[in-house]
Amino acid sequence: MASTVGVIFSSLNERNIPELTRVRSVGSIPYGGRYRLVDFALSNMVNSGITTVGMVTKNNYQSLMDHLGSGKNWDLARKEGGLILLPPYSDDSETLYNNRLEALKGATAFLKKAKQDFVVLADSDAVYKLDYSKVIDYHIKKNADITMVYHEHEIKQTHYYITFDTNKDGRITELEINPSASGVQKNYINVMVARTSFLLGLIQKAIQCGYTSFGKDILSPSVKTLKLYGYKHEGYYKNIDSLESFFKANYDLLNKDIRNEIFGARDVYTKVNDSAPAKFTETAKVKNSLISDGCFIEGTVENCILFRGAKIGKGSVLKNCIIFSENIVGENCNLQYVVSDKDCIITDNRVLAGCEAQPYFINKGTRI
Amino acid sequence: MLRKKECVAMLLAGGQGSRLYALTNNIAKPAVAFGAKYRIIDFPLSNCINSGIDTVGVLTQYQPLVLNEYVGNGQPWDLDRTFGGVHILSPYEAKTDTSWYKGTANAIYQNIRFMKMYDPEYVLILSGDHIYKMDYDKMLAAHKKAKADCTIACMEVPIKEASRFGILNTKPDGSIYEFEEKPAKPKSNLASMGIYIFTASKLFKYLELDEADPNSEKDFGKNVLPAMLNAGEKMFSYRFDGYWKDVGTIASLWEANMDLLGTVPKFDLRDSERVIHSRSPLAPPAHIEGEVINSIVATGCEINGKVVNSVIGTDCIIEKGAEVTDCVLMGNTVVKSGAKLNYAIIDEDVNIGENAVIGAPREVASKIDGKTSGIVVLGRGVNVKKNGKVDAGEIVDKNV
Repeated sequence: MASTVGVIFSSLNERNIPELTRVRSVGSIPYGGRYRLVDFALSNMVNSGITTVGMVTKNNYQSLMDHLGSGKNWDLARKEGGLILLPPYSDDSETLYNNRLEALKGATAFLKKAKQDFVVLADSDAVYKLDYSKVIDYHIKKNADITMVYHEHEIKQTHYYITFDTNKDGRITELEINPSASGVQKNYINVMVARTSFLLGLIQKAIQCGYTSFGKDILSPSVKTLKLYGYKHEGYYKNIDSLESFFKANYDLLNKDIRNEIFGARDVYTKVNDSAPAKFTETAKVKNSLISDGCFIEGTVENCILFRGAKIGKGSVLKNCIIFSENIVGENCNLQYVVSDKDCIITDNRVLAGCEAQPYFINKGTRI
Repeated sequence: MLRKKECVAMLLAGGQGSRLYALTNNIAKPAVAFGAKYRIIDFPLSNCINSGIDTVGVLTQYQPLVLNEYVGNGQPWDLDRTFGGVHILSPYEAKTDTSWYKGTANAIYQNIRFMKMYDPEYVLILSGDHIYKMDYDKMLAAHKKAKADCTIACMEVPIKEASRFGILNTKPDGSIYEFEEKPAKPKSNLASMGIYIFTASKLFKYLELDEADPNSEKDFGKNVLPAMLNAGEKMFSYRFDGYWKDVGTIASLWEANMDLLGTVPKFDLRDSERVIHSRSPLAPPAHIEGEVINSIVATGCEINGKVVNSVIGTDCIIEKGAEVTDCVLMGNTVVKSGAKLNYAIIDEDVNIGENAVIGAPREVASKIDGKTSGIVVLGRGVNVKKNGKVDAGEIVDKNV
C-alpha cells in the first residue's frame, strides 16, 4: 500500500461526555470489558499497515499514556516510526488547543518529519473496523485532495457534526455543519485522508489566515474549489457522544453478529493485563453477558458487561449494567441500568436503578 | 565496571512428559496449557520475575516449536532485557562434540558458557513441570545465611507417597546428611521439589567432575547431588509449605486444574501480590448465555450450554444443549449441541460433534484403574464425529 502516516486525536469532543472524561481523555474511555476507545482507531491503523502513528493528546492524558505505554501491544514500539505521543504544545501566547485545527497545528512538526506520502486523521470516540488502506486506494483512484469517510445513519448527534452529499462519482457536492435536516444522512465520521504535503499546506494557510475551525473555515468553503470525496464505511459504526450512546454501544456487543464483526478476526489490540480467568461459583447465574478476565461472580448477572476484576457478591442481582474494572458489588444488591466507573465499592443490600436513556452513573472510586 | 547478575536461573524444559500421553505428542511438557489461560512454564517464569531474577536460560530439547514461540522474547514476563532476560538454550553443534542433552546435569553443563556470561554468584535450577508460586529470593537468602554450597527446596509429602520422590534426610539445623533418589523405604517424608540453588563456582566444579565420570547418568538427583554430599560440601534443605504440584501425570494435571475452582480454592490465581504472567490472547471477554457453575472461563469463549466444575480455556464454544462436567478444555475447542463431556482433558483445537458422548460421570469413571485413572484424554486437533463415543479413560490422538 501507499506509505501512510496516521494521526489520532485522543482528546477531541470530550465535553460531550463529561461523566466519563472527568478523569481521562476520550480515547481512554473503557469499553467492551477490556478495551479503551482508542484501541479501535489504533488497531485499524495497525491492521491497515500503518506503522507510524502520532497520538495527539491534551489534558488528563495520564490514563491514556498508562494504556498505550510504549505501543508494544499494538506492535508499535519501533525504531522507525511506531507510536509517538504528541503532548499539547503551548507557548506563552497560546493556551491549550480547543479544536481540531489547533490540535493539528500541534502535530505539524511530527507531520513535517514524516516521510510518508499520505496521512490518515482519525478520532478516538467511535467503535468501528475500517481498513484505511482501502480509503487511500480510493483517494488515489479519484485523484482527490481530501477524502472524508462517512457512515449512513439517522442523524441523532446532539453535538457538532458534519453531513454531506456526494454525486455519482463520490465527489462531495454539498457539505453542512450541524444541518437542520433529519432522517438518514451521510454523516462524516471524522476520518480523513490526504497527501501529507497537501494537509501541511492547508494547515500553513490556516495559520496565516487565522482560521479557527477545520470544518467551517477549510472544508465548508472548499467544496467547489477542492476535490473533496466521500468514502462510505459500510460496516458497524457507533459514535460515543453521550452516556446514552456509550451504554448502547456497549450493549451492542451482546449481539452476536456485531460482536463477530468487531472481534471475530481477533485483531483489536489492547493493553494486556494478567488477570486470572473469570471465576463462577456454585451460586453464579449469568445470562447474555460479557464477562472479562479477573471477574468473580457469586450472584445473578443478566444483560451486563463486566470489566476486568469486577466482583459480584452472593444474592446480588445485576441487570443491564456496565461495571468497570475492579468494582466490588457486595451481597444482596439490586442494580439496574447502572454504569459504574472504575474502583467503586457498592456495599451490601444497595438498590440502584437508572433507565436506558439515563443510566445511573457512579463516579470513579465511589463507595456507596 | 563489569556488569554481572547475582543469580541466574536455568529452567529445564526439555522433558518429553511421556506420562501425559497425547497431550505431549507435539509439544514439550512445559508448553502444555493449564488453568484456562496459562501454560505450565508461566509458573516458573513468573516466579523468577516476581523474585527479582531477570536472567533465565530455558533449556529445550523435545518438540520445542510451541514452547519457543510462546516464550518468544520474554516480554509477557518482563524478561525482554538488554542485559539478561530469557534465552532459549537448545542443544547445539560444536567443533569437537555434538550431542543432545544427555540428562539434567549434562544439559546445564553444556550451557556453562551461557551462565558465565553473567558472572553469577549463584545459579538457580528449576523444572518446567510444576505448578506453584514461590519466592526464590527467600530461598536465596537462606542459602546465603547458611553459607551453603547447595540448597534444595523441599516439602513434606504423605509418607506413603515418599518413595516417588527424591528424599532428603536432614539434621535439626536443616543440613542434609543423606539424599535418596526414590527410596523403597523412605526414612523421612521431606521430598525434593527439584529446585536447587548452587553457589556458582561449586556447581561448575561438580558439573565438570560429573561430565568426566563415564559411569555417571548425568543427572542431578542421581549423580551430582550425591557426589557433592560425599565430598563434604555444605548442603541445606529449604522448607516450602505453600501449594506445589508436579503435573507430570494426567490425574495430577486434572487435579491441579480443579484446585483452582471454588470460592476458597486450594491454589488461588487471583493474587495481586504474586501475579502469574502469561502471553495473553487477543480475545474479547467471554459471552455467557448458558449455565456456568463452579468453573473458570477464559476470554473469547461463547458459552451457550451447561458448564459444571470445569476449566474452560480461551476461545472455546459450548453450544446450546451441550454439557461439560468435570472437564479441562485447554482452548479453541468447539463442543456442538447435545454433546456430553464428563471427566476429560481436552487439548487445544478439538472439535466435538453433535450428541457425541465423551467419558463417563466421575463417580463411575474414577474407579477405573488405568493409565489416566479414568480420565478421557483427547489430543490436539482431534475431531470427534457426530454421535461419536469415547469411553472413560481412553486416550485419543486420532479423529474418531
